[in-house]
Amino acid sequence: MTNQINSVVVVGGGHNGLVCATYLAKAGKKVTVLEAAKQVGGACVTREFAPDFRVSAGAHLSYLLDADIRKELGLDSHGLSMAAEKIGSVALSPNGQHLYFEGENVSGEGLNERDLQGMKEYRRFMAKFAGIIGKLHNRIPPRVGTKDRGDLIDLGKLALEIRLMGTDDMREFLRIAAINIYDVLQENFDNELLKGALALDAVLGTKSAPRSNNSVFTALHRMSGNNGHGAGVLSIPRGGMGAIADALAAAAKKAGADIRTNSPVKRILMDFDKVSGVELENGEQILADIVVSNADPKTTFLDLLGARNIEAGLAHRIKHLRSKGNTAKLHLALSDLPHFKGLDASKLGQRLLIAPSQEYVDHAFNHCKYGEFSAEPVFEITIPSIHDSSLAPPGQHVLSAVVQYAPRDLKEGWNSGKAAFTEVVLNTLEQYAPNIRSKAVVAELLTPEDIEQQFRIHGGHWHHAEMAMDQFFMLRPVPYAAQYHTPVNGLYLCGAGSHPGGGVMGSAGRNAARAIIGK
Amino acid sequence: MTESDMQAPNMQAPDMQARDHFKHHVYPSPFYSRQKEANKLKEWSRWADYLSVPAYYDASLEYFAGRNSCAVFDLTPMIKHRVSGPDALPYLNRLVTRDVTKLKPGRVGYAVWCNEGGQVIDDGTIFHLPEGGTYRVCSQERQLDWFLTCADGFEVEVVDETHEVAGLALQGPTSCAVLKEMGLTGIEDLTPFGLRNFDFQGTTLEVSRTGYTGDLGYELWIAPSHAEALWDALFEAGKLRGIWAMGSEALEMLRVEAGFILAGVDFLPAQEAVRPSHTRSPFELGLEWLVDFNKPVFNGRSALLKEKQQGSRYRLVKLDIEGNKVAHDSYVYTKDKKYAGTITSSMWSPSAKASIALASLDMPHGKPGEELLVEIYYKRELKWSRVMAPCRVVENVFWDPPRKRQTPAADF
Repeated sequence: MTNQINSVVVVGGGHNGLVCATYLAKAGKKVTVLEAAKQVGGACVTREFAPDFRVSAGAHLSYLLDADIRKELGLDSHGLSMAAEKIGSVALSPNGQHLYFEGENVSGEGLNERDLQGMKEYRRFMAKFAGIIGKLHNRIPPRVGTKDRGDLIDLGKLALEIRLMGTDDMREFLRIAAINIYDVLQENFDNELLKGALALDAVLGTKSAPRSNNSVFTALHRMSGNNGHGAGVLSIPRGGMGAIADALAAAAKKAGADIRTNSPVKRILMDFDKVSGVELENGEQILADIVVSNADPKTTFLDLLGARNIEAGLAHRIKHLRSKGNTAKLHLALSDLPHFKGLDASKLGQRLLIAPSQEYVDHAFNHCKYGEFSAEPVFEITIPSIHDSSLAPPGQHVLSAVVQYAPRDLKEGWNSGKAAFTEVVLNTLEQYAPNIRSKAVVAELLTPEDIEQQFRIHGGHWHHAEMAMDQFFMLRPVPYAAQYHTPVNGLYLCGAGSHPGGGVMGSAGRNAARAIIGK
Repeated sequence: MTESDMQAPNMQAPDMQARDHFKHHVYPSPFYSRQKEANKLKEWSRWADYLSVPAYYDASLEYFAGRNSCAVFDLTPMIKHRVSGPDALPYLNRLVTRDVTKLKPGRVGYAVWCNEGGQVIDDGTIFHLPEGGTYRVCSQERQLDWFLTCADGFEVEVVDETHEVAGLALQGPTSCAVLKEMGLTGIEDLTPFGLRNFDFQGTTLEVSRTGYTGDLGYELWIAPSHAEALWDALFEAGKLRGIWAMGSEALEMLRVEAGFILAGVDFLPAQEAVRPSHTRSPFELGLEWLVDFNKPVFNGRSALLKEKQQGSRYRLVKLDIEGNKVAHDSYVYTKDKKYAGTITSSMWSPSAKASIALASLDMPHGKPGEELLVEIYYKRELKWSRVMAPCRVVENVFWDPPRKRQTPAADF
């Protein structure tokens, strides 16, 4: 069917849009990528937020980027390199007795034998289970209830892979895959700080707490990337996450794709019952055989197409897709390296976590259920300038932190709430890094509302739609639109709202290209 | 339900704002006082929120009034929605399968609406009210939830106005004459599926030339406050024209003869189905003429387009069955006794003088003229017997008199 497709417009030049465009261009299609912002990358971008201070404005760590895509598209030859690889993590304790995660080991005061043994076993089974999920990433999800051979084979493969884990692991996988991380961590560990840090990884970027169902699944998803290093292993690209987007853009251009920035799409055009192209906000129309949307599902269907131009069932499901962000981003321009209580300066380049216990994370979450921000938020902090001096003026640094919970629909509104939350965030940070305020020249906080506006993501959710089992694989974003093609003729999805979801992975873009090219 | 069961029916019309409907099992119709008087059998049934009359005196006689003079049926319990606002037309056009842009003000159109699987949720009539731009949708099943679900992206207001509009059907050959007698000047010029407003005792009386009997007939719509006055005026005007009050049993006979389908009887509303194979598409109900693929988008379009290319599973047909036994809920077989389908509605048709039925057959059965067998179990003097009655698929409805279409309407 796709042999007749010659021209393709990709709406949005995020990493997935660029991946998709490159594969399509390599297959001989005439591809135009339209990016609203002045630079490509979407939420995988490096931005200047204060004079001469640059930071990864959205995602700030690379741990999911698909190694095959990196290789197939020759990203390294297009300038991608890592400033730091396999970086460790530090679970910060308010009293300075931190825990240090290096590879599969954890060390620090207060750990008992059960914690140390538990860590090994926990890493083992989590990595194994994450591998099952990871195997799904580069597959086009099967449709349920069809007699299509390929779909049935894919479902059979999944069942077989689970079966081949061995009886004990299969039973354990089926037992915990949909439950909450709290119970699993209680089963394996005693140390509260250790459990808090592990729980944080399960809930980052989601609207869930350690006690929420599915938080094991989100923990597994985070570890599921085929990144070439191992489950959940963290890297920081040289030049920030934008370097990935820049390399992708270079690969796309080399493959023959046309990339246009500063070109916000106003609407998707229809010719009777088929997509015919797009209209830009400046009125220019670009016609194409198919349109691939890297935008989130709500923006795509409700804003760019309009609910009235799709069938009501689809509009209803898209409307009720859970896609409200709960995560904020803090950027600090620092005049000097900060000091964290009890932390050796040599560890500042690692990932610093503020989640001193599972209860702490749970309390932080409670607020967002009622439209409030956390009184004591959780943090995932990086100081990338330690690894990459290009990000800040000599001797100075940038700090980038994921902070939650910060609900998209804050009861008091983000107009007044933003300054108040910034205070809360800095106060919390000060408990661990007492001199941080004096070193912060500029503080930028991106609330979900800012993320929504600046990155054009409906709801300001990093993953376009909540990562959860009911919005994963053959259910992502919604049934009948989960195989990258949509019920709208000629319209495809390639963003994080599609399988396999959020995180800078690229798989959604490649899968979408495969769905279009037809192999 | 008998009269004594309802010593003190709540005489208030339902107050939807009060949200106390759960306290009331059932409401009396705005015509209740007149129905009570006419209801010689003192039997009542329930239809949606209201008391309804199965038969006032004798269902057969009421049926014959509908065919030979005229009969009055209380339509108030029918679910009615008002659709208004600047996007009312595009909203309806996306909702239903037919092209609503062709429905001019003062016209009524039969329509079905589907889910995205192309399965029929319900059928009903769309009234484009004479002032233009506002529509009333009448249906058997409650639809507010689905209608509001479909309203996303449209500037449209959808309200359930079931309780704000009283309705009477006046059906049969003398119906036009009765309305003329009642003072509705020019009513004879109203064409089939036309809708016109008349003045009635200081209020607006909406009259549509529509019905569920396949004959000349009208439906009258008025504010509940004027319901009793309308009933009285009709019966006064119809005194010499053989006017009868008619219950639901007689109406059921009239509609089967006319070949009209009924939700929950001839097809399962898609939203009530647990098993996907138990629903029906418009094609499978013989309603292909209601599906307009010249519209770029409507609910069910993709699935129906696919069905049109790949073929349907079922076909709803009319059967003419030999003998006089009624084929209630029967199986239909091929001549070599293979399962072919089931009967959905059946009756002895006094007008056709035949045992007739509507049946849902598995494809490829049901081509006009196909000969099949119907397995009928029947009881004579407490003894059950079974007959395999030969039957034939027929194309035309069993009751379709020219006067149904004739304009000006004849004065019988």
